[in-house]
Amino acid sequence: MSIGWFLAISAIIFAIGAAGVLTRRNPLVILLCLELMLNGANLALISFARMHGGEAGQVFALVVLAVAAAEVTIGLGLIVAIHRRNLPIDVDELSRLNG
Amino acid sequence: MLGWPGYVFYFIAALGAVGGALGVVLLRNAFYSVLALVWHLVSLAALFMLLRAEFVAAAQVIVYAGAVMVLYVFVVAYVGGGEERPIGPMMRLLGPLFGLALAIELCFAFFGSALKAIGTMGAHVNVLGFGTPRHIGALFLTTYLFPFEVASLLLLVAAVGAVVLARRRRGLEPDEPLRRRLARPRPRWTGTMAEAGGVLRPLPAVEEVGPLTTAGERSTQPSAAATSPRAAAAREEGGW
Repeated sequence: MSIGWFLAISAIIFAIGAAGVLTRRNPLVILLCLELMLNGANLALISFARMHGGEAGQVFALVVLAVAAAEVTIGLGLIVAIHRRNLPIDVDELSRLNG
Repeated sequence: MLGWPGYVFYFIAALGAVGGALGVVLLRNAFYSVLALVWHLVSLAALFMLLRAEFVAAAQVIVYAGAVMVLYVFVVAYVGGGEERPIGPMMRLLGPLFGLALAIELCFAFFGSALKAIGTMGAHVNVLGFGTPRHIGALFLTTYLFPFEVASLLLLVAAVGAVVLARRRRGLEPDEPLRRRLARPRPRWTGTMAEAGGVLRPLPAVEEVGPLTTAGERSTQPSAAATSPRAAAAREEGGW
């Protein structure tokens, strides 16, 4: 089994996540799809780490994990704040900053 | 890499990962999307194990599937993840097309590159030591010390930011019985902090209790900080 199999899976997961960001309206699900994209990138990083035989890629993957956790925390805080103000949980309705 | 059991393991894990990802995007209920993402993360951890990244796989399951997903489940339960409005026909057509184009382009970028090692099983590594917490930790504390510290600072900022974003904005509800009990006159020298600061508190009468104030100021009792001479001196010097 070659490294290419894992890279193909990472490309597919990244593309599914990108399509989900475009086609969903619930900001919670959009955050989930962002997680999918980050995970696709993580899988590519770890595949390349295996390919080169060094652990630097795994270190990068762990940093990406920490960044994803921070992003989720802020995103969920924003969603809770939106809910507290009784605004609709829908990214098409929340368009006041849209130029 | 591992012979035919490795292939079987790979196909099960890959099908689980792609199926979980499709479930996140296609399921209409946000709660089911979160559960599909948990499934996806566990399958992805299995793929990481195949790539000799044991520590990352364990961290993925513990941090992601354990902690972050619990946060998601709590927020979905709090916000109420009901059915969402379907999107328009234009995006319904264009979104999957964009995803397909992106997947094909990424595959071209991977397999059209001049990297000969993509078709191999990867470099020869010492199977017993590769990807263990010992090696990852040594890298984090020597070569990649600065990203490690920046990541910890980022997590701290994120925690503080989440508390600031999600706090109550209106303050506590006014509590009328508690307010009456606090406004009851007390004899002097019964050990209040204002007396310790040298202020003899005037005895308020219950009838003089003013209208309800929510901003925290008590109209009947002048606070210690406002009246004590030490406090006034400190304020002139630039605050406490």
